[in-house]
Amino acid sequence: MRWIECGGRLVTGAAAAVVLSTGINAQQPTAPAQPTVTAPQSRFVVVVDAAHGGDDTGGHLNDGQLEKSATLAMSVRLRSLLSARGIQVVTTRESDQSLTPDQRADIANRARAQACISLHAAETGSGTHLFASSLGSSSVAKFMPWKTAQSSFVTRSLALAGVLNSALTHGGTPVTLGRTALPGIDSMACPAVVVELAPARDADKKTTSEPDDLNYQAQIAATLAAAILEWRVEGHQP
Amino acid sequence: MISRAQTVLLILLVVASLTMAAVLFRMRERAHERLLAGQDSAPTQAPSVTAPEQATLMVANDDDNSLRGEVYSLPLPSDPGARARAVLGKLLDLYAAQDSNHPIAGGAASVAQVFLLAAQGGKAVSAGQNEPQLAVVNLKSSFVASHPSGLETESLTVLSICGTLHANLPRVTQVRFLVDGEVRPSLAGHADLTRTYLTSDAVPADLAHP
Ligand SMILES: [Zn+2]
Repeated sequence: MRWIECGGRLVTGAAAAVVLSTGINAQQPTAPAQPTVTAPQSRFVVVVDAAHGGDDTGGHLNDGQLEKSATLAMSVRLRSLLSARGIQVVTTRESDQSLTPDQRADIANRARAQACISLHAAETGSGTHLFASSLGSSSVAKFMPWKTAQSSFVTRSLALAGVLNSALTHGGTPVTLGRTALPGIDSMACPAVVVELAPARDADKKTTSEPDDLNYQAQIAATLAAAILEWRVEGHQP
Repeated sequence: MISRAQTVLLILLVVASLTMAAVLFRMRERAHERLLAGQDSAPTQAPSVTAPEQATLMVANDDDNSLRGEVYSLPLPSDPGARARAVLGKLLDLYAAQDSNHPIAGGAASVAQVFLLAAQGGKAVSAGQNEPQLAVVNLKSSFVASHPSGLETESLTVLSICGTLHANLPRVTQVRFLVDGEVRPSLAGHADLTRTYLTSDAVPADLAHP
């Protein structure tokens, strides 16, 4: 297992200028979707982001379900498990709703979370694919550029990915690790990891559970919740 | 009160601006037609008279989210753009094969063109210069439409194209993607196709210059 570095870094040029100009607009607060807050009893906050939604269906899973539905189901499950353990959870969406990457980052950044988990589902590969931002690491500043806010948290995002990786691997789920550029994640000012749920496969690579299989989702969500508890216990807080 | 001369002048100006708009629009259409006409003129495969050369392909594997350098012997044209298209064609043929660990339909025909430009600015480079290059990879929409959706698989496709280009054309340090000649937001919902990718970090140092 190895990290694939970079390949997705922004460089200067006309295209970058376009992206940066949208970044400036993004700092004007748009009206974000109402975040759902549960169990506000401690200052350990977890943001759970169900990727896609609304017009953005995400991929098509083999059994006909859309990725946006699988990620929402997984988000609801993970939120319940964490709330039951007394962890304050902020979700980016609780219904089939369209959100821009900036709106997701806005919700996460207002929550001032200690862990941000963005959920995806795919038909390729197996087990879970963990991704951290491909941005280079930088020190925390009072004002951070919106598009690269994650750079101040990359080291802790990698540490969080490490905790999730060992919990999932220990639970028998194959894990791949990678780094990538994703607009929502790159703007999040919190330790942030993308969890892409892929099918469970046997030794012959035949699918044994689809990413929207309820039992499979329950197993992965329970492992993620346990790992996040461990992350809290280890004192990975600002 | 507007004088008659002013009215005539105004009408002339309006007519002139409408004529110019029509000419510009036609020129733009012609340029687009020229671009599309050139699409299939670059050879998908090198002429058989070209001696086979070694090409390093950065082959993606969905099982462990990895890129592995694999060396293949294939005929490569001397023109850098056609050469880039030939190595990417071979890479996509591997992905279209039955036993691929990164399955994508389409094969070599999925790469319509590869343009090589100076990395900074936009003018085409001539042979002999050593400045870094920007490769613009024009993919066919049929390839994008059949690409599996997912963060891992889409990232691997982008990285393997970047890495393969850099491994065989070391001056290529940046890559941009077009689909049927136009900018698309993403490959299949995840990998951002609006940005410029840096190739250098996608290739291990020992494989960068075979
Ligand atoms: Zn997704």
